Amino acid sequence: MGAPKKSAARVSEDHDELVRVPLQAILLADSFTTKFRPITLERPKVLLPLANVPMINYTLTWLESAGVEEVFVFCCAHAKQVINYLEKSEFNQPNFTVTTIESQNCVSAGDALRVIYERNVIQGDFVLISGDTVSNMSLTQALLEHKERKKKDSNAVMTMVIKRSKTHPAIHQSRLGTDEIFMAIDPNSKQLLYYEDKADFSKGTLHLENSLLADNPSLSLHHDKQDCYIDICSPEVLSLFTDNFDYQHLRRHFVKGLLLDDIMGYKIFVHEIRADYAARIDNFRSYDTVSKDIIHRWTYPLVPDVMNFGNTATKLERQGIYRGSDISQAQSAVVGPFSVIGSGTKIGKNTKILNSVVGIGCKIGSNVHIEGCYIWDNVTIEDGCELRHAIVCEGVIMKSGSALEPGVVLSFKVVVGQEFVVPPYSQVSLLQQPVEEDSDEELEYADSTSAITSTVDKSDGETASELLDGHFTPASELGFGGAGYVWPKCEGGHEEEWRHSVAPITEDKILEAVKAMEDELELIHDGSILPPSGELIPNPNDSDDDDNDDLRDDFDKEVEATFLRAVLENIQENHLTLEVNSLKLSYNKVAADCAGALFYAMMKYAVDLPHSSADGLVQNVHVVLTKWKKVLASYLNDTDEQIEVILKFEEICLESAKEFAPLFTKILHYMYNEDIIEEDAILSWEDEKKDADEADKVFVNQAQPLIQWLKEAPEEDDEDEE
Amino acid sequence: MDFQVVVLAGGVSKKLLPLVSHELPNALLPVANRPVLSYVVELLELSNLKDLIVVVEGKDTALNVGAWISGAYADRLHVEVAAVPEDVGTAGAIRAIARHLYAKDILIVSGDLVSDVPIGAVAATHRRHDAVVTALLCNTPVSGPLESVSSGGKDKAKKPGRYDLIGLDPTKQFLLHIATGAEVEKDLRIQKSILRSVGQVEIRADLMDAHLYAFKRSVLLEVLDQNGEFHSLKHDVLPYLVRSQLKSEVLLNGTPQAEENGTEKVISQSNQQMLSQILANASEPTFHLRHELSTNGSDSVRRTHKCCVYIAGSNKYCARLNSLQAYNDINRDVIGEASHLSGYSFSSHNNIIDPTAELGAKTTVGPHCMLGEGSQMGDKCSVKRSVIGRHCRIGANVKVVNSVVMNHVTIGDGCSIQGSVICSNVQLQERATLKDCQVGAGYMVTAGSDCKGELRFGDHGRRSKEI
Repeated sequence: MGAPKKSAARVSEDHDELVRVPLQAILLADSFTTKFRPITLERPKVLLPLANVPMINYTLTWLESAGVEEVFVFCCAHAKQVINYLEKSEFNQPNFTVTTIESQNCVSAGDALRVIYERNVIQGDFVLISGDTVSNMSLTQALLEHKERKKKDSNAVMTMVIKRSKTHPAIHQSRLGTDEIFMAIDPNSKQLLYYEDKADFSKGTLHLENSLLADNPSLSLHHDKQDCYIDICSPEVLSLFTDNFDYQHLRRHFVKGLLLDDIMGYKIFVHEIRADYAARIDNFRSYDTVSKDIIHRWTYPLVPDVMNFGNTATKLERQGIYRGSDISQAQSAVVGPFSVIGSGTKIGKNTKILNSVVGIGCKIGSNVHIEGCYIWDNVTIEDGCELRHAIVCEGVIMKSGSALEPGVVLSFKVVVGQEFVVPPYSQVSLLQQPVEEDSDEELEYADSTSAITSTVDKSDGETASELLDGHFTPASELGFGGAGYVWPKCEGGHEEEWRHSVAPITEDKILEAVKAMEDELELIHDGSILPPSGELIPNPNDSDDDDNDDLRDDFDKEVEATFLRAVLENIQENHLTLEVNSLKLSYNKVAADCAGALFYAMMKYAVDLPHSSADGLVQNVHVVLTKWKKVLASYLNDTDEQIEVILKFEEICLESAKEFAPLFTKILHYMYNEDIIEEDAILSWEDEKKDADEADKVFVNQAQPLIQWLKEAPEEDDEDEE
Repeated sequence: MDFQVVVLAGGVSKKLLPLVSHELPNALLPVANRPVLSYVVELLELSNLKDLIVVVEGKDTALNVGAWISGAYADRLHVEVAAVPEDVGTAGAIRAIARHLYAKDILIVSGDLVSDVPIGAVAATHRRHDAVVTALLCNTPVSGPLESVSSGGKDKAKKPGRYDLIGLDPTKQFLLHIATGAEVEKDLRIQKSILRSVGQVEIRADLMDAHLYAFKRSVLLEVLDQNGEFHSLKHDVLPYLVRSQLKSEVLLNGTPQAEENGTEKVISQSNQQMLSQILANASEPTFHLRHELSTNGSDSVRRTHKCCVYIAGSNKYCARLNSLQAYNDINRDVIGEASHLSGYSFSSHNNIIDPTAELGAKTTVGPHCMLGEGSQMGDKCSVKRSVIGRHCRIGANVKVVNSVVMNHVTIGDGCSIQGSVICSNVQLQERATLKDCQVGAGYMVTAGSDCKGELRFGDHGRRSKEI
């Protein structure tokens, strides 16, 4: 039997080697976030222009150059727009196929991967990437490492690409505007051991489990790494998402879930890139940063003069100025270094454009000042406008003399009225802000669920806004002749708008953050977080004991509740026994625990029954015990268990129901007569208590007459027998 | 060098019973027939540190240690012996001798250190970074007899023990985190503020704190003064300084002391940065400095202090004699792989046999062995990897393997001693077999007895009933 099996296994192995699986990639064309609102209400994020080229072009071009042969583009929000765009563009080539997968009801990356799993299209290792990633890294090395690891250890299911990037120590975010990430990595194997994003600022310490260090003599903690959101995954990843249907977020659920779950033993590794570029556009700040990186050619060959997607050629001039064709620029106009001007744009007299991107076919009047702005196609800017650090979408009209303060986002076809100054960090759209405000968590995924988006979804984005234009009453919110809603800033979410806007972070914000950091340090030194060293070595068993106590309390409570229910609902004895048995199993208890808990419940019930005097109480006990004797007896097969009941009784007398104290012997005797407690148990209980403190012996002393009587009794028995 | 050296030599440690007693305190326990304290003292002497304060616990100990030192080093070194009460802890010991300390930096070393790490290098590191404390780190020792080490690869239980958890910056110059003692077994808690300003912290479980520190005197005394509850340098003072390094309290409190702060106050910030760069010998400012400067010119400059480390190279020997196991290991190493430490010259057979020692016929003394002066061995004995002290009388057919036999020990015929320590004046009658035993001074083991893994206390333990 053994031999054929073996050979079969070898054949299949060889088979694996022989069949060349094309390198596949899953590209998520939906970020499942709302960070680019209001723009993404009308157009999917992956189609937003980055240095005048839609983002998805960068991602697809890179995938093609990195040797990926088959890409599955997953579209959700505005799926039609993405599909139409991909059909028009010429990505499909003999050795590079782009297939779209559409789904309307996904709200997270997890859902998307589950849909893809059902399609059963992924055959081997694949690259998981979102459509807003710009990179020029070579995948060869990372893929090789991944495959090598996979061969040695089938649990190595994922390789994450990371890059060094300093996070600002005070404001806790990287230059891409993403939150700080704490990672722990095994320096030798590069295994990821810990991952924490969305860090809780209030917590001053990083908590790592001791077990992480058990197998490794050393580990590196990183705060200086940026997650590039480029993952090389084995096919198991998809099935993991399907198995764990609650995984939504790639990092917060999937990565953390894998790291915490040590049962399956799946491992994640990291691949660090040094010279290559990789970044994901997560928010407006990273939009700004990545645009600048592209203009500064860090992303070569993904730079405007190389990427000519049907555009007329863009030429690079000195000082990093990129110009399209047919630009008409007045003599006195100045275009500063590191700017991009799209084809067909007209620039008027005395206009200054610094560090900005201007799209195709824009009309810019004279005496306009543009600094650090992203102006998309077909924007009209009349004379005397001033724009600083703003994003201006297609078709926007800025009437003469108007101004944009830093951080403003103008969505499609907004009209800014004459002499109107749009306040800092405003978000302006022709569409009103969706009203549903769910919890934070929902917001993250609710991109496609909003009512307005779905109407936009039905038709093409452009026609939708035109449609809206028709019955749009010019709002006075943007001054005379203006059109558009300034989205109200909701509390909380936009409190920290400066973090993620395109505008540079102002100095006072940094100072504020620095101050906050001081306070945090202060806190640490107050000892509220790290105990002063005198207390650094508390009893390590403390917590464990607590846990046990809690468990026991729970168990006791459960038993008591069960007993009371049995009394009230007149449940049969054997049913009660069954229920207590199931509790015993689920709490992993022994018979003695059940006996103790049950006895406690009975005594408590007896006390709670109305009684006028001590005799009445004894009477109650008699009634209760007689009725439920059998249940109790089923847990009292052993002397030890009976002793447990006596000890419990002592405890009750001392603590919960002092009324029993004087009646201790009486009730004990009654239990003896009823055969609940046997003679041996009472005698060994007395024996156990021999060496105890006097305080503990109160009840032994009280029961002394009974004990004496018991001790004498057996002799009588013996005599009788003789 | 403007360093003062304090050697903490302890008293009579409970961990080392039954080897130590009031007559033979920790410091004088022989390692390869020399008191362990001599290893530290001579190591210091190599770095030209000749001005020592030896702190011991208890007056008796002080007398014994003092007598030995004046006998051995009177002509070469200037050594003061100070007695402190027992159980004051290392921090208490420093408090007690505080008034004798005057130098800018204090080197504090444990008296049970056996090492060949250049102490001068530790001191230089301390000075170069202008640190408040510099700690010597060494690789965690692999304990246990040699054989089990070689086969330890498969045996999971035999992995090197964990002593401390140490966090270092990527350049391995600064100490960012330290967990010692019971904390080692608990979950790791790293201050995020430190991680944020450094960017990367490497946590190492394979390094341990060798209990050799260079402290800035003013800081050390201030910390001890203000934190009366601090008991131990290793468990209290060092973790405290490490924790507070980005928000220093030590130099901030009270009026700035002229010797450290005066200069810093005078020179402007940019000068300070340059100075520090030169001092740090680095191309970019250290994270401490960046942290200080990242206030962007706000009113107060943040105070930081530096906690540095000197990591002993892997070829250096570094061990502390603080357990019975360590005693066996160190003896084995000092006559074995780290033989240069012993200061003796080994024969061509890689062992040391005193010329006055007498060996019987067919008796073999293997490599990595030592036989003290005036000791006699009978016929057909075999000694392997062991140290035998002075004036021992060993009968015929005796086997001594992986053991330490101190002075004036009498061993009867046919005894077998393995992995054991036999203290002075012990009498072993014929055919006694000892394996992994520690026999206290003056004890008598009766004929034919067979012991395994036992502790036997001598007269001093007042339990001299016979086996």
